This record gives sequence, structure tokens and C-alpha cells, in this order.
Amino acid sequence: MPTAWTRGAAGVLIAFGIVELLTRAEFVNPAYLPPASSVVAETVRLFGDSDFWDALWATLWAAAYGLARAIIIAVPLGLVLGLSRWAYRAAITVVELLRPIPSVALIPLAILLFGTGTSMKAFLVTFACLWPILFNTIYGVHDVDRVGVDTARVFGLGWFKRAARVNLPAASPFIYTGIKIAASVALILAIGAEIVAGGSSGLGIEMGEARALGNLKLSYAYVTVTGIIGVLLYIVMEAIERHLFRWRSM
Amino acid sequence: MSDLVDTEMAVVMSDGPLRRWLSVDRIADIGLRLAVLGGVYLFWLLATRAADSIFFPVPTDVLPAVWNDWLTDSTTWQDNIVPSVIRLLYGFVLAAVLSIALGLAIGRSQVLLEMLEPTIHFLRAIPPPALLPVFLIIFGIGDMQKVMVIAFGVAPPILLNSIDGARSVDQLQLDSAAALQIGRRGRITKVIFPAAAPKVFAGLRVSMSLAVILMVISELVAATDGIGFRIMRNSRNFAYVDMWAGLVVLAILGILLNAGLTLIERRVLRWRLL
Amino acid sequence: METVVTTLLSADDIHHTYSPGKPEEHRALGGISFSVDEGEFVSIVGPSGCGKTTLMRCLSGLMQPTAGTVLMEGRAISAVPEDLTLVFQDYSRSLYPWLRVADNVEFPLKDHRLPRAERRKRVAQALSDVGLTGHETKYPRQLSGGMQQRVAIARALAYRPSMLLMDEPYASVDAQTRESLEDMLLDVWERRNKTVLFVTHDIDESVYLADRVLVLSKGPSQVIADITVDIARPRDQIDTKADPEFVELRAEVARLIRNAGSDPT
Repeated sequence: MPTAWTRGAAGVLIAFGIVELLTRAEFVNPAYLPPASSVVAETVRLFGDSDFWDALWATLWAAAYGLARAIIIAVPLGLVLGLSRWAYRAAITVVELLRPIPSVALIPLAILLFGTGTSMKAFLVTFACLWPILFNTIYGVHDVDRVGVDTARVFGLGWFKRAARVNLPAASPFIYTGIKIAASVALILAIGAEIVAGGSSGLGIEMGEARALGNLKLSYAYVTVTGIIGVLLYIVMEAIERHLFRWRSM
Repeated sequence: MSDLVDTEMAVVMSDGPLRRWLSVDRIADIGLRLAVLGGVYLFWLLATRAADSIFFPVPTDVLPAVWNDWLTDSTTWQDNIVPSVIRLLYGFVLAAVLSIALGLAIGRSQVLLEMLEPTIHFLRAIPPPALLPVFLIIFGIGDMQKVMVIAFGVAPPILLNSIDGARSVDQLQLDSAAALQIGRRGRITKVIFPAAAPKVFAGLRVSMSLAVILMVISELVAATDGIGFRIMRNSRNFAYVDMWAGLVVLAILGILLNAGLTLIERRVLRWRLL
Repeated sequence: METVVTTLLSADDIHHTYSPGKPEEHRALGGISFSVDEGEFVSIVGPSGCGKTTLMRCLSGLMQPTAGTVLMEGRAISAVPEDLTLVFQDYSRSLYPWLRVADNVEFPLKDHRLPRAERRKRVAQALSDVGLTGHETKYPRQLSGGMQQRVAIARALAYRPSMLLMDEPYASVDAQTRESLEDMLLDVWERRNKTVLFVTHDIDESVYLADRVLVLSKGPSQVIADITVDIARPRDQIDTKADPEFVELRAEVARLIRNAGSDPT
């Protein structure tokens, strides 16, 4: 809708303008918030900095690798668990028991086990991403429409073929939702682990350095950058979803 | 699952006998849960025994430590549990109050909504740990910094859900209230709040787990007290049993916070049960 | 010349009770017996709630009745027989939304180690039988209700069963669409030498389509009438329905159902 877009854009500009005004006029303490224009300028500068791109790549790689491993483990496991009524109940109980443990609390343990490099980050990402994917897969597989399953039965398909050709495709939208959630979790853990553990390369490490230097403008620039990454991730995941599931009646 | 409990509770409330609630299905369900818990414990015990690694102490060491060194230790409460929980609640409640109020207001105005939505979605897309360095510069390493991190990190989901809740208010209900001469304030409290409440609570739920995450991570980076602080210190001082005990305490905390939120939600949304 | 008629499907005193012994116990079927010969078109009609779907689930092997036997070609079944399939009423949940029309129709064939060319041929023929040639690449959500049900029927046809069970397949479709679907079904039935057992709540439909009409009582149901429909084929929506014989048969069925529905048991 054109009006929604223009209003949204106007909103962004107005917000920007207000911040700029307040900070330039020093209504807001510049120790809290530097002028919006300078943050934007710094962000633009970052995009031209090759060190930044190296760090970005390191973070994204750890997140992607950890996420991929979580998918490979959680989807088949969730498929198996979701098919059996008893296994389903048991699995839900276990997941709900272990879910309250915040994955970030495992950062110290991960550092002990893996050091401060990529494997540490990937380990944490995999652990944290397992839960939403597993939960959504179990739920999606279990909740498949009975008529669809019965149809496969009347065509003589055994349980395994039914699982592969009915349960799995029918559950795929749910599984994808789990992956969407896991993708943002992956970013959170990757950056979080980098900030806590330090290490050689990553956005969180760059942020830590900016903080050590007391460089507020740069820190805000990094916040902006991660926001942009988050938005891009969202857009990409949504676009993939629209294509993969174009068969869905909405 | 909560729907099942709700209907069962309704039966208990309307019919009385507890016997009805303890049907065969229910007993089987409780039995299954206990069996699963037992299974998890067994797995933990056997896996740690097999691994024989100092990084993975056996539950027979960890669980007593949870009781003795954490839950019944007054210094722990003073130095670790209370500071963490207080910061958590401060940040969460602060964010919740402001976000709900703001969200409900924004949600009632289509223009405002369209103007602010992209900005809010951008803010939500920021991975919350990214806020840590900035806030450390601004606020130093004290309580304020952690409360601010939690509050800012937790606000966007609540805000978005409150906006969503406000939008889902049935215009017909509002018009009826206006026709009955119910003033602005009454319409807000009696029509908008109840209609928006389910979505608001959904947002609170998501934010609660996010709040715990932020509480922990802010204490891992730069802190002088707190649960996360102690876990980090333990990992550096080779106190692995105590570290794992801390993880268990966090799990308990998470479960309790969720249960508390559920209780409040049930109370507020009581009209929805039956 | 003597034609040997074989009984394809028979129900022998089928009883079914849901949740026996519990407070919510429900006796759906109270002793159903009948048989369907090869090549016949038999409809089953009864008052609403008389357990028609329960019966279909038992006959198709999806469910084991609490008592009684279902025999397919003389042998008792314990699961879904290979030579039989069931078309469901709810096509929107029976068709697989992630598969295109052609893939949906091909679905039951992927198992049977048929060469690709043969599978393609069957799919094309089935789609042609139901009048959907040209829609192969569409997704179910792009089709109307009537067309979706055609796809479901095409899928059943591609499977090439000798016995086709149909559970109120046209109940969720508007009247005009229903008429064209009925005629399509009759055409397919004759052309492909199928045996059809067709459940419906629509009395006109039950008489129009069938060689025999079985009338069920209210639950726990039993067969209260087995009426032969001796009207000439091919049938016509307008002419047949104006035929006095049709009118009389239809009235007879309606009377039976009305009495069965108000039956105090």
C-alpha cells in the first residue's frame, strides 16, 4: 500500500529528524546519544571498511554453520518424535524442561570446552537453535491433518512412506517457522558469545573494542549495522517462505 | 496443553469432586511426566559418568550443591539471586508498562501505526546483546546499565504485540460502549484492555525469556554480582560443580517466572476460561 | 451366455461402538449386512448422524469394527485392501496442497514400481476422465471446490482399484456442480468398469446414481431397506428425475428415512 509505505518512510525520517534536533541542540546529553547524522555517517564508513566485512563474515559464518547443524539434528529427530503419540508427549516434556535454561548461560562452559574461536560460537548456536526447530517440527508433524494421513492409508502407504510423503511436507511450514525463529536466535548467540568471550574475529569483538575505546559513535554504528542485518535476514527468510510455500492458501 | 488444564479446572470448579480431575488419562499423563523427568535425570547421571570429565560433573554432586550452596545459602541470595532478579524485574516491568501504554495508544491510530511500524521493526531486529557495549559506555558497569539493557531489549516485542492487541479491538464493542455513555477512560479500561490482553500477554511471555537471557549475558560481560556473574567466576575458578548448580538455578528461575506470568495471565484473562 | 457375477465387497453383521464401557460410549453401527457385486453402483443413504462415515471407515479397512467382518473378494480384511480406495468428503483436506494437480493424481502410483511413462499415461487418462485436462500444473488452492473433488476422484481412478468407496463426496459442493460431478461419475463408472459404493445424505442423488439403494436407520444403524433401482441407463438429470418410476422410488426412500429418523430407538 503506497500510503503505508510513505507514512512509514516519513516516520523514519521524522524520528531521525527529532533525534538529530535533540542531540545537536544538546537537549539530550551527547554522552548518551550522539547526533543521528554522525551515527549514520559512521555506519556508512563501516561498510567501506574491509576489517568490518571480515568481522561480519566471521559472525555470520558461525551463526550459519551452527544453524545448519541444528537443522540437520532437529528436523529428523523431531520427525521421529512427532510421529509417535507417546514419544511426542515425552519429548514435549523434556523440551519444556530444558527450554528455560538460557543458552547464553552456557557461554562460560562453551569457552572452557572450545576456547574462544568459531567452534565455541557454533556450539552455542547449535544448542540454542535446536529447541525452536525441534519443538516446531514435533508439533508440526504431530498435528498433520488426519484426513490427509487417512488418504495415504487408503492408497496403501505404510507408516514410513506416510511420514515421508504426507507428514513431512504437511509439517514443512511449521518447520520453517522454527527455522525462522532459530535464525534470529543464531545471530543473538553468535554476537553474544563474541561479546562475552572475545576472540579473534567477529562483530561482537569489534563492538567490544569500540567499547574499550569509549567510542560511543562507533558503538551506535555497530548497533545500527546489526539492526540492518536483522532486517535483511527477516526479509530474506520471508521471501524464501513465500516462494517455498506458494501452495498455501492464505 | 493449557487449554486442557483450563477445561479440566472448569469441570472441577463447576462439579466439585477432585475425583473427576484425576481421571485415568490425567494419571497416565502425570505418570508419563514423572517417568520422563526420571529418564532425564538418569541420562544426565549416566552420561556424566561415562564422560568422566571435570567439565561435566555428576548430578549427585550438582544437585546437593544447588540446595546447599545456592538455595539455602543466605549469601547467595544476597549477592547473586536477589540482585539478578531485582534487575530483571525492574527492567521487565519498566519496559512492560511503557511499551503496553505506548503500544495500545499507537495501535488505536492507523496513521501513527503506519508511521512508526518500520522504525519499531528495525529496533526489534537488533540482536539484544548488541546493546551491551553501547550501554556499557553510557552507564558504566552498574545496575543501571543492566536494567537499561534488559528494558530496551525486551520492549520491542511487548510494543509490537500491544499494538497488535489494540488493533484487534472490535470497533463494535467500542461503539456500544460509547452509545452507553461510557467515557474515554472507561472505554480504555473496560473495552480496549480486555480485548488487547491476550496478545499483550503473548508479547510478555516472549519478552520474559528474552529478559532472562539479557539478565544473564549482561552479568557475564561486566558485573560485580548476580547469578550470571557467579557462573562466569566459577568457570574461571575451576568451580565447575557450582557453575552447573548455577545453571540449574537459572532453569528453576525461568520456570518460576513463567509460572508467575501464567498465573497473572489466568487471573487477568479469567473471563476467557469458560 | 451366462455371466458370472462375483461379490466384490460384503459386510457381515458389522457393529461398531465408540469408547465402549466409558461414559461417552456411542453405538454407531448396530449390525449392518449387505453385499456389493462386481460392476454395481450401490448407494447408501440415511438420516444424518446414522454412522455413514463410521461404516465407510470400517469398510475401507481404516478402522476395525468392534464386531462383524468385512470381506473383500471373499477374504476378511484387516487393513486397507489393495484393490479398493476411498474418496473423502473433505477434498480440501484430502488433496495435498503442496502438490500440483498432476502430482496429486500421481501420488498413489509412486509406490507401485510402474515405469514413469506408464504413470504419466494413467494420470493423463484419469484427468481426462474427470474433465480436467489442461489443469495439470495448478495447485489445489487455485481450483474451485468442484474441481478439487474431481482431482481427488482422478487420483482414485489413477490408482485403478476395482472397488471405489465414496463418502458423501459431493456434500460440500453447490447443486449445479454436484449435477455435473454426478454425471461425470456415472460416465467413468461405466467406461472403466468400476464397482462403486456411494454414501450420501441426498435422496435424489442416491436414487439417480445407483442400481441399488441401501437405506440405513438412525444410529445404532442397520440396513432397513435394499431397493433395486430399475431405471434405464444412461440417466439424465432432467428426464430421469421426471420419470414416474424415479419419483416413486425417491418417495419410498424418503418415507423410509423419515420413519427411520423419528424411530425412538
